[in-house]
Amino acid sequence: MRKIQRAILKNKNSIALVSGVLIAAAFVVKWTGGPVLFTHVALIMASILGLIPIAIQAWQSLRVKVVSIDVLVTLAVAGAFAIQNFEESAVVTFLFLFGAYLEQRTLNKTRSAIKALTEMAPDTAWKRMEDGNFVEVDIVDVDIGDVLLVKTGARVPVDGRVLFGEGSVNEASITGESMPAAKEKNSLVYAGTLLDNGTLQIEADRVGEDTTFGKIIELVEEAQDSKSRAERFIDRFSRYYTPAILLTALLVWFFTKNVELAITILVLGCPGALVIGVPVSNVAGIGNGAAHGILLKGSEVIRDFSRLDRMVFDKTGTLTAGNPSVSEKIVYGDQADQALSLLASIEAESDHPLAKAVLENIGEVPRSEVTATHVVKGGGIVSSAGGHVVLVGNAALMQSEGVELSQAVQTDLLRLEAAGNSLVLAAVDGELKVLMGIRDQVRPGVRESLERIKRLGVKKLIMLSGDNQGTVDVIARELGLTKALGKMLPQDKSAYIKERIDRGEIIAFVGDGVNDSPSLALAQIGIAMGSGTEVAIETSNVVLMNSDFNRLPHALGLAKATVRNMTQNMVIAVGVVFALLASVLFGDWMNMSIGMLVHEGSILAVILNGMRLLGYKLRK
Amino acid sequence: MKSAIIQLETLICPSCSQKIAAALKQLDGVEGESVTVSFSSSRAKLDFDETQVTLRDIENAIDRVGFEVVKSKIR
Repeated sequence: MRKIQRAILKNKNSIALVSGVLIAAAFVVKWTGGPVLFTHVALIMASILGLIPIAIQAWQSLRVKVVSIDVLVTLAVAGAFAIQNFEESAVVTFLFLFGAYLEQRTLNKTRSAIKALTEMAPDTAWKRMEDGNFVEVDIVDVDIGDVLLVKTGARVPVDGRVLFGEGSVNEASITGESMPAAKEKNSLVYAGTLLDNGTLQIEADRVGEDTTFGKIIELVEEAQDSKSRAERFIDRFSRYYTPAILLTALLVWFFTKNVELAITILVLGCPGALVIGVPVSNVAGIGNGAAHGILLKGSEVIRDFSRLDRMVFDKTGTLTAGNPSVSEKIVYGDQADQALSLLASIEAESDHPLAKAVLENIGEVPRSEVTATHVVKGGGIVSSAGGHVVLVGNAALMQSEGVELSQAVQTDLLRLEAAGNSLVLAAVDGELKVLMGIRDQVRPGVRESLERIKRLGVKKLIMLSGDNQGTVDVIARELGLTKALGKMLPQDKSAYIKERIDRGEIIAFVGDGVNDSPSLALAQIGIAMGSGTEVAIETSNVVLMNSDFNRLPHALGLAKATVRNMTQNMVIAVGVVFALLASVLFGDWMNMSIGMLVHEGSILAVILNGMRLLGYKLRK
Repeated sequence: MKSAIIQLETLICPSCSQKIAAALKQLDGVEGESVTVSFSSSRAKLDFDETQVTLRDIENAIDRVGFEVVKSKIR
């Protein structure tokens, strides 16, 4: 019995097609004046054929004590049969089945973005067996510690370490970086990434949903599941709405004996568009986000995010690159190359955080041996190298060691400092030779992104940083920030956020996750630049999966567009319900077929509107 | 007490989730409060007592209300 039921339900679309053909034939015959009997028989056959799957669904639903739309439609069609209105019975079943077909097609489209994401995780892997051969197995049969073979052009199936071989991997699916990453023995590889060329044998460290990619997919799916208050309300509403309509129809029939009216009411008995409207926008919005490397964790998050008027940013690693680098280098006098070479030699032995920046800037140069080093606290280093006396440090050191700083030099010093640089001076044998300004550079594109965020309605931009206030002020001016606070330790930052939340503000915090977790967790909207750091992904509400700050405007715009879309859908849904009710009560052109047509039409309208979100792009 | 996450065929009608949820809640051993069916992701999640009901029973219940189980896993 169940097998037959299943077979019938699987072939709903074919049934709909046959039914449609019969109905078309019936009408053609009718309008060309053919035999009435043919028309009637065709319509009756179409009605019965179409009713079978619907009745089965109604039966399945009643068995679990749910009054679903199938139940109502079945009753309506039975009623139509009873009053011998075969046109209505046939058309209504056809529209219902055809509508379901269209809904399935369009809803699948809406989920396509997310499906594309999940399909990047392979479902088989080449596992090494005891005899040393590699056999293709199902991904669920891969355990931690298994040795797997990854061939050129294949996706890595698990998180693991390279045991043997080399190649280059495109890690865009996890980090968004399209620059290939070179892998060799002991390199880490991640599930879902693409091996562009080479062959690797890897040992599995994490499999399935424990992989970084698996976790991202899980989060995307859970984001879809999370229901906002509005959705939960609509769910509860619809559970009572359908039986209520059934009751209403029965009462109307009982009191007016108007079967036509009663069955028309039955057909309106499912708030389809309303129930689908919000989730469909949600899925499309989250899907668009996922396709652009943005994870929005649910419709409640989307709604709050869209309403923001202020954002708090962490500086280092978020607005800036996190790596100090030389912004300007000035050499004085002659023999500049020798001076740079000596400077490099000394910085190569230094632990000072700025040393790395200096070395990166100077690059490969011949080095001299450093024979003596004396550290001056708060000043720098006095040393001998290559037969010269070399001083490396700040202006104070130069002065105390008697190095003359000319007017020109002093101008340069002031200029670089005003631009927020830390200064490194180098003097050789008492003469100033090199001046370098070093800064943690603002990431490219940040200024424009912040402008766009402001244009989207987030007027207040606040930056928190551990740097001194001077540096912070310079950046604030450069980026057009509303406020910038320096000398903030991590606990100061979270205290600041807590204080503002206690005052009733809705705060978004953008951080890079590593030491920002408390702040990310506290803020109503925690936005993490998380290229894989698990803590960031877990505690935040929005994740910029490839740590690209410049995706933030798109994320914000997308959230607003999604909320607009949901509102549009609700307006369509509620509007249609009212229009239908009004026309049933007040007009008389409404009948069952038209009612079904409008009902299905409204559901499709809502789905198609939701699909528009898939193509959303932020305008420049 | 185990948790099951069941991936279903694409759900297209709002009452679909209702039917599935009702079917699951009526199974002995399934913790009614824990049953959620998401229309958006076409997934059903629930907690159940594995001594009273098996994953197979759960999948059958879903089949009986007319829906196909694509994939299921237990935690």
